[in-house]
Amino acid sequence: MNVPVVTGETTEKHPLEDYLRFDRLPHIWCPGCGLGTVLGAFLRGLLQSGLTPDKVAVVSGIGCTGRSAGYIKLDSFHTTHGRAIAFATGLKLAKPELKVVVFSGDGDLAAIGGNHLIHAGRRNIDLTVLCVNNFNYGMTGGQFGPTTPVAARSTTSRTGNIENPFNMSALAAASGATYVARWTAAQVHQMERSITEALLKRGFSFVEVISPCPTYYGRMNRLPTGLDQMRYYRSNSVVRHGTNPNEVGVGVDGQIVTGKFIDIERPYLPSSGDGNNGG
Amino acid sequence: MSDRDHLEGEHFMSGDDACAEGAISADCRFFAGYPITPATEIAERMSDRLPEVGGTYIQMEDELGSMAAVLGASWGNAKAMTATSGPGFSLMMENIGLGVMLETPCVVVNVQRAGPSTGLPTMVGQGDIMQARWGSHGCYSIIAISPSSAQEVFDMTIKAFNLAERFRLPVLMMMDGAVGHMYEKVVIPPLSEIHLITRRRPDVSPGEYWPYVPDDDLIPPMADTGEGYRFHVTGLTHDERGYPAMNPEAQDKLVRRLVEKVERHRNEIIELEEDGIDDAEVVVCAYGITARVAMIAVERARQAGIRVGMLRLITIWPFPEDKIKRLAGQVKSFVVPEINYGQISLEVERSVAGMSKVVLVPHMGGDVHDPETILEAIRQVVK
Ligand code: SF4
Repeated sequence: MNVPVVTGETTEKHPLEDYLRFDRLPHIWCPGCGLGTVLGAFLRGLLQSGLTPDKVAVVSGIGCTGRSAGYIKLDSFHTTHGRAIAFATGLKLAKPELKVVVFSGDGDLAAIGGNHLIHAGRRNIDLTVLCVNNFNYGMTGGQFGPTTPVAARSTTSRTGNIENPFNMSALAAASGATYVARWTAAQVHQMERSITEALLKRGFSFVEVISPCPTYYGRMNRLPTGLDQMRYYRSNSVVRHGTNPNEVGVGVDGQIVTGKFIDIERPYLPSSGDGNNGG
Repeated sequence: MSDRDHLEGEHFMSGDDACAEGAISADCRFFAGYPITPATEIAERMSDRLPEVGGTYIQMEDELGSMAAVLGASWGNAKAMTATSGPGFSLMMENIGLGVMLETPCVVVNVQRAGPSTGLPTMVGQGDIMQARWGSHGCYSIIAISPSSAQEVFDMTIKAFNLAERFRLPVLMMMDGAVGHMYEKVVIPPLSEIHLITRRRPDVSPGEYWPYVPDDDLIPPMADTGEGYRFHVTGLTHDERGYPAMNPEAQDKLVRRLVEKVERHRNEIIELEEDGIDDAEVVVCAYGITARVAMIAVERARQAGIRVGMLRLITIWPFPEDKIKRLAGQVKSFVVPEINYGQISLEVERSVAGMSKVVLVPHMGGDVHDPETILEAIRQVVK
């Protein structure tokens, strides 16, 4: 088959060109992975917020999502497994004028980094955490993790997971987060708006994005392509703002409750510095 | 810093307090830590002092987080420190490695107690010397200092910050429980007499800045976060742009530089003190509290007519192997007392390369050596 080769140069600038490290492309993510969608939504949400991009720093841990910091053209830190929130806490406290965003995955934030997550919430550190939840450890080949639903299959639970998972939104809320929202990667506009709100919120804000990992979690649980997973989210997500986060657990099938669950005011740290860099 | 913040004058204080005051005088403005004996007094004093001088104290949920927060703060343009003891030092190894890889200036204090594991929480040990050198995985060089008195803790804490800023890496203050809890006279000099070094900043515009292009001294200038440089740094093996580079060539180039930037400057880094070395037939080599105990033995040996010298290590890493090599031909024996089962003694053995005899005087910890034990070892080698 003759595939036409596109050689024409476009003069039109990619709208996110100033915020992506084009010199690092192609990225390492699999075809059909939700991470690119979340990354785009994050950057658009950031631009919508009016924050000064030079005053925004992104900190990632380890894993597929942990690679996000490396593609974002802001001051960006790719740290150790689980420690992104602790690193971000030091950065924010030392330089309160920065907006510090933690962009990492469910394994990084809820398993090896779970202690830092709950204590940052308890302290109500003025950080925004964007948690991409794909229900497994993708980078290491699809093992079950702290969010894998009961009965879901993975490369270390081939007959079905027997452990009870964390509900990340409930965990963040119980820890003391002032803003908690959950969307799926199929709800791009809502996700974007939530990211803007979270970035402008003072205190510990937490956005969970349920996102496809077709290579492992999807394939092992009868949704073998990114498209299958996105279709599943479309037909099974319901938006219920203000729902008690304790009631929004996610199973291997069935409904996914999304929306903004928590939006409250509470004293936060650091109390000095305006934290939204005059934006 | 105003003069009111700087406690110039004569004080009676513990080694732990002297460490905190040294940090304040060095412009340290961030401390993240987790309580642990015998280092807790450093955290307590920092929690009092930092708010007075406009700094930040945070008590983290564990030592993993403490070390990560110290690195984050350093990238937020603060001189940053943490203080711990053995069990916490083990947890910090993870992010000490990240500090080495990201080339992050900071100071990590380990007030050593006796291990392994929980060991003797309130009692002295020197068992973490090799851990300081090799404790985080992979290849790197590190700088570690072991002070012997409260005054030296003060002075060396300032030096530790200067070395950290100059060489862009975590500098380890390897104190011990005895020096940390000992109260002594400490003289804090006027601010004008304290020389401070701060990290070199890039002199290129943000568009031209790559975070890991070293200067001639192998140390890259460090940009500040939030100033438009939009840099990326990663714990992965990386190239000069700071981008991941998954190949043996990038690994070779990076790791060699991380090691060489320390090793090439050994003479600038290493400090030691010698006493009566020139005509000595025996040299006692010791550090920390053990050097002071050993000095009693050395003096008694001299009274008995033995020509014995004292080599006190202040810097323990990089190890002053050149100095020991030079002495190896002329000195018959080295006696190495330490509160462990042989760590620095192995380095002395390596350095003399069979040219002198090396005798370890081990002590398992909980208290210091009996000077008689060291004296007996000196007597035995000159027999
Ligand atoms: S393994 Fe899964 S999460 Fe990782 S890049 Fe591939 S699809 Fe995405």
